[in-house]
Amino acid sequence: MRTTPFLLIGGMIAAPASAAGTINVTIPQLKVAEYHRPYVAVWLEPTGGGAARTLAVWYDVKKGGNEPGTKWLSDLRAWWRKGGKSAKMPADGISGATRAPGTHAIPLPADLKPGNYVLAVEAARETGGREYVTLPISVPARPAKAAGKTELGAVTLSAR
Amino acid sequence: MKRLPVRLIAAAAIIALPAAASAHRQWMVPNATVFSGTNSWVTVDAAASNDLFFADHQPMRLDGVKVWAPDGSEGAIANGSTGRYRSTFDVKLDKPGTWKIGTFTSAVMGSFKVNGEERRVGGRPGAGTPPLSVADIPADATDVKLTEMIGRNELYITADAPSTTVFTPTGKGIEFQPVTHPDELVAGEPASFRFLVDGKPANGLKVTVVPGGKRYRNDDGAREFTTGADGVARIDWPTPGMYWINASLTDDKPSAPRATQRRMNYVTTVEVLLP
Repeated sequence: MRTTPFLLIGGMIAAPASAAGTINVTIPQLKVAEYHRPYVAVWLEPTGGGAARTLAVWYDVKKGGNEPGTKWLSDLRAWWRKGGKSAKMPADGISGATRAPGTHAIPLPADLKPGNYVLAVEAARETGGREYVTLPISVPARPAKAAGKTELGAVTLSAR
Repeated sequence: MKRLPVRLIAAAAIIALPAAASAHRQWMVPNATVFSGTNSWVTVDAAASNDLFFADHQPMRLDGVKVWAPDGSEGAIANGSTGRYRSTFDVKLDKPGTWKIGTFTSAVMGSFKVNGEERRVGGRPGAGTPPLSVADIPADATDVKLTEMIGRNELYITADAPSTTVFTPTGKGIEFQPVTHPDELVAGEPASFRFLVDGKPANGLKVTVVPGGKRYRNDDGAREFTTGADGVARIDWPTPGMYWINASLTDDKPSAPRATQRRMNYVTTVEVLLP
């Protein structure tokens, strides 16, 4: 019962967020001899121009040494060019370990200003390919949908 | 009849110079231009050949290769090796930003006559007599013809976010200034590069752009672009890959004493990625 006030506060912060919405990114199951989970970046670009905002970067966070996991972040070429090159990794609430095949949810940031954006998802896989999927979206979120062909499955936005 | 062989030797000497505009193309090719983090090494092939980037003629000499770090300090090449057809070397990119790797040559070449006999000034050491310098020209020399040669062959390599310190102009020869950063090139998006001569925008400079991979196509694929009054050439990239860029200019404004002509050459290789 002691947690109730916290839950309420949490609810109050989340409630006025007009940007509520969830991105779902599907990493497909691939029948290949040598499989490595892909590096994935998810970001938003304001349609009218402006800085890209990175929402998620999944990479080999734990690998250190001579060839740290960050070495291959530039293989996410589009993301690298649009912001990754100046991003500090790991980044709180953004970076994480690579994900297994399946559908992964990423909440839209609560402080996202209403407007039109391009949602971009890029995946690059060791000994595999690279794919870059974009989806025009609007905030407040309305359902939208796109799909990759090789390295990415469905990329969707739902309103909540 | 005696003069003809001498002239042929002179012509050969000019072709052998790195800055020579004709004949074989001097090139350097990095394995990549965009790197993540400050743990990476770039490895470079360097050679001269007709087809790009097909090493089948001469390796580039590595003794003149310098490294400019993003913070303005001097870096160094490592693991240098010269083979029959190409040289290779590595550079550790241990600082974030854009690095410059390459050669800068400034020399005076030419000829004069003493008692009707032609003598060469400049050129490569070796081959019998040591090369003469301008100071060696005797007072009674006639037909003094000297050309100042200023050449650059540069690569721009970026670790993490690009920077522009290494593009600070020196005011000598042909120099490159990014409008579009050379390590942010994407197929289908035109790039603008500014070229300077004597530190000022070069108007009407011809810039040749040749894609690599000549061995696997029939045409050379060279395209020519011309700079505007602002010194800017706008170049489009039809496909991803490595592109060789060259600009050269001959004028009569040498800074070297007694030279009457100046020949300037600029070479770089840029990498164009997929969007």
